[in-house]
Amino acid sequence: MSGELGVGMTTYRDAARQGLRAALLADPRVFLMGEDVGKYGGCFAVSKGLLQEFGEERIRDTPLSESAFVGAGIGAALGGMRPIVEIMTVNFSLLALDQILNNAATLSHMSGGQCSVPLVIRMATGAGRQVAAQHSHSLEGWYSHIPGLRILAPATIDDVAGMLAPALKCPDPVLIFEHMGLYNLEGPLTAAADHVDIDHAAIRRPGRDVTLITYGASLYKCLEAATILAQQNIEAEVIDLRTLRPLDDATFVESVKRTHRAVIVDEGWRSAGLAAEIGMRLVEQAFYDLDAPVQRVCTEEVPIPYAQHMEQAALPSVERIVAAVAGLLPHGR
Amino acid sequence: MAVEFLMPSLGPDMESGTLVEWRVKPGDVVKRGNVIALVETSKGVIDVEVFTDGTVLKLLVEPGTTVPVGAPLAELSGTATEAPPRSEGPAATPAPAAAALHAETREAAHPVRPGFKASPAARAKALALGIALEGLTGSGPDGAITLDDVARQAASVTAPPTLRDVVAKAMSRSKREIPHYYLSLTCDFTASQAWLERHNAAASVVERILPAALFVAAVAKAARALPGFNGYYGDRGFTQAEAVHVGMAIALRGGRLVAPALLDADRKTAPTLMAELRDLTARVRSGHMRGSEMSQATITVTSLGEEGVDVVLPVIHPPQVAIVGVGSIVVRPWVVGGVVSAAPVVTLSLAADHRVTDGRTGARFLAHIRDALQTPETL
Amino acid sequence: MTEAQLPFLDREHALVLLKEMLRIRAFEDRCAELYSASKIRGFLHLYNGEEAIAVGVMQSLTAADAVLATYREHGHALARGLSMRSIMAELLGKVSGCCRGRGGSMHLFDASRRFYGGNAIVGGGLPLAVGLALAEKLQKGPGIAVCFFGEGAMAEGEFHESMNLAALWRLPVLFVCENNYYAMGTALARSEAQIDLVTKAASYAMPAESVDGMDVIAVEAAARRIIAGIRSTQTPAFLEARTYRLRAHSMYDPQLYRSKDEVREWEQRGPLISFTTRLKGAGVLTEKDFQDLKAAAEAEVEDAVRFAEDAPLESVEDLTRFVYTEVRP
Repeated sequence: MSGELGVGMTTYRDAARQGLRAALLADPRVFLMGEDVGKYGGCFAVSKGLLQEFGEERIRDTPLSESAFVGAGIGAALGGMRPIVEIMTVNFSLLALDQILNNAATLSHMSGGQCSVPLVIRMATGAGRQVAAQHSHSLEGWYSHIPGLRILAPATIDDVAGMLAPALKCPDPVLIFEHMGLYNLEGPLTAAADHVDIDHAAIRRPGRDVTLITYGASLYKCLEAATILAQQNIEAEVIDLRTLRPLDDATFVESVKRTHRAVIVDEGWRSAGLAAEIGMRLVEQAFYDLDAPVQRVCTEEVPIPYAQHMEQAALPSVERIVAAVAGLLPHGR
Repeated sequence: MAVEFLMPSLGPDMESGTLVEWRVKPGDVVKRGNVIALVETSKGVIDVEVFTDGTVLKLLVEPGTTVPVGAPLAELSGTATEAPPRSEGPAATPAPAAAALHAETREAAHPVRPGFKASPAARAKALALGIALEGLTGSGPDGAITLDDVARQAASVTAPPTLRDVVAKAMSRSKREIPHYYLSLTCDFTASQAWLERHNAAASVVERILPAALFVAAVAKAARALPGFNGYYGDRGFTQAEAVHVGMAIALRGGRLVAPALLDADRKTAPTLMAELRDLTARVRSGHMRGSEMSQATITVTSLGEEGVDVVLPVIHPPQVAIVGVGSIVVRPWVVGGVVSAAPVVTLSLAADHRVTDGRTGARFLAHIRDALQTPETL
Repeated sequence: MTEAQLPFLDREHALVLLKEMLRIRAFEDRCAELYSASKIRGFLHLYNGEEAIAVGVMQSLTAADAVLATYREHGHALARGLSMRSIMAELLGKVSGCCRGRGGSMHLFDASRRFYGGNAIVGGGLPLAVGLALAEKLQKGPGIAVCFFGEGAMAEGEFHESMNLAALWRLPVLFVCENNYYAMGTALARSEAQIDLVTKAASYAMPAESVDGMDVIAVEAAARRIIAGIRSTQTPAFLEARTYRLRAHSMYDPQLYRSKDEVREWEQRGPLISFTTRLKGAGVLTEKDFQDLKAAAEAEVEDAVRFAEDAPLESVEDLTRFVYTEVRP
């Protein structure tokens, strides 16, 4: 795919489209299907123009039948294709949960290694747009619970463009969660997008005093918090997990062994969530290096409300992240 | 076969030492007993002997570095012949830093009260450095002790403790553990003084003998005769020392005080002891003591005569079991054969460990010293 | 239907059909025995009474076609050509089983024969069949996808979604509904407002018909015709095969929901009895032929049991293998 993505200023949305386009150009087995991906141009306009370029066979509008078209994606993958299934949002993926969990995730193991499922499922996730309880879920942590799946969360423009190619190369089902709040993010698409890996977390900002572990749109809240903390002489290291399953323990454990403090920022709910998993891995692997209790900044345990001030109060915020760090360093540095 | 040359334990309270100078370089051939390094301790700079015949292979520690007791300082070829002696004597306990970092062992060494908050990292660091967390002030969340708190404590521990710290530790231990009993005896110093005057009249300045040499000699003879006052008390009770090494408190410039030993004092004459005392004082003041001198006293003599004190009620230096105090030599009315006359007298005192001896034996011990001072020519 | 309308049906082929059904019956009966002896554990759903469907449909399939079945799929697997040894070893949880003992009775797979399970979620295999057919279509392959399911699945959303998608996208899928009248213990009329399944299926704008699932020749004839249509038009079709399971739903089922008389009545119409009677009547099968075929089937089952019992267990060290594909390009 080298050089296929093009380089320059773009948006997260356009970068996602460039990733799709490059994948469709690179491999005739790749096709895209989902609700409104064709004529409509994609609910978030990610696939806009692709129908015109690639035709109905490869850009397939589906009926509102999440279970059938996700299952069809699994079947097509078994049959030799490299489908990209778009589920409009994670909220609707629950209608396909049986196919994802009982088929996509199990077939390889259950068949004794005979049946790989090289399927990519993309979906939008997250809250923050005042679309209320049924359209604001962050369930990537749920999916990360399931052996057999790979879960990706591109937070950057390079990642959203570049993760698709390695995901399609992967012989197992890969779920890619694109945060709704990131589609308008502007920034450069760099040559690095051509060489993205889907196995390692990334240190987005180095720091000495505390490690902020996050993924997806919360990355930007963490980076902003780190800037504020730096003014107080607290240097926060910010880790973007990128891959939520299998987790790259080594990167965040190594970081916490250096900083001795960790705050996990996760837009999912706190109880039994991804943040709990990461915290537990730190306890298992870095216990004797912890100089303070591991902290979580998660979404309040409520269905996400509509009213803006209530929604914002429910979600992780820069202020809550800064406060969590301050609590770990009551006397500063 | 390579052997490691370790930072020796030179005293019961020594936890670490700072390498001041190497006296050897790689390739040098050394013999057991050679001084190969100078180490600064809380008690001063000490010449460190090697207990191995062999060749220096590698120096592991740069001068100026502080390392815990038991840490390797150099690699030598050859075979270890004997471990460095420890002042704890036969009942010596392993130096903290040299002990295996066994969580259970160390937790027991530093019991932590319930509700005590310290981060796992702080605990691990404290364990590695042998620092007790108890008593530290926590700066972390909920007042928990953090890595920084341990690091601060480590810095203060690594810096040589003050004389006050050392004295405080040893004396606290002594008063906590040793049931002292005290006896004193005032004796006529006329014969000794006459002997000293005769001897010194004919001697050059450097050969002059001070009363201290007579006291040391007399105490050494008494300790030889009554071995219950010469040795160490450890976990397994009292162990009598083979030799009599008399510790002698010596004041240093800057107000520091050390008590190196005059080795085998019972087998030496007063003039010899005086010469050694002079040498020792010079070396102590110039910072060149041998480790064995620092750590081997089996009994101590302390004199406050120059301060005009009549009676000294001293505190035993653990793990020793006896200390003899010497007051001022003063002229007092003294009755001999029913006649009062002016005579130089001195009050000797004994503090001894009641677990080892009792007052009756102590009385005999003091009497032994008194009698020896009446015949100074035999000392 | 007369033999004249069945040009495929010579004596040799008739004996093949009989032999395949006898193999399945002998296998299932032995499974019941092994289950009682605790050699087979977990859930065990037997195909007794329904053999004609798998055997009849499978005659028209080629190696290029994909087959999906339910958790009552021993018969489909045998008819598709999986070895009896590999299936029996799977049921005994041995590493020599077709899925290394990881799937068990409800999850028999053989990718080399394009046999994709063995799906224990009712209706779960239907979307996969749609996708396999889509892959064939997009790759311009010769294969079709055949999906077996029970009438209970027609109450699932996945049935409706999959039928619609297959018809909408004009995909070569044969949906075979094995209507044995009971979804576990719930009779069709107790769960469906529309019990005419053909009418229901036809609403998805695809050919739909019903066949006597106890008659292997009728099933084969219908399947041949429908599958030929699917291949030529590249569009889906629906076939209901009316049948009856002669054993309980699973081994742990006291069958409170149906009468013994009802079961006895269906037994008399069983696919083996009716086909044997018919062949004898036509003079193409002697009692000795029948006994020889039955003995051969039983011998094959015994061989499979011996093989399975002697087969090794998978090493526990391999537990986490194949959760992800081992070689990642």
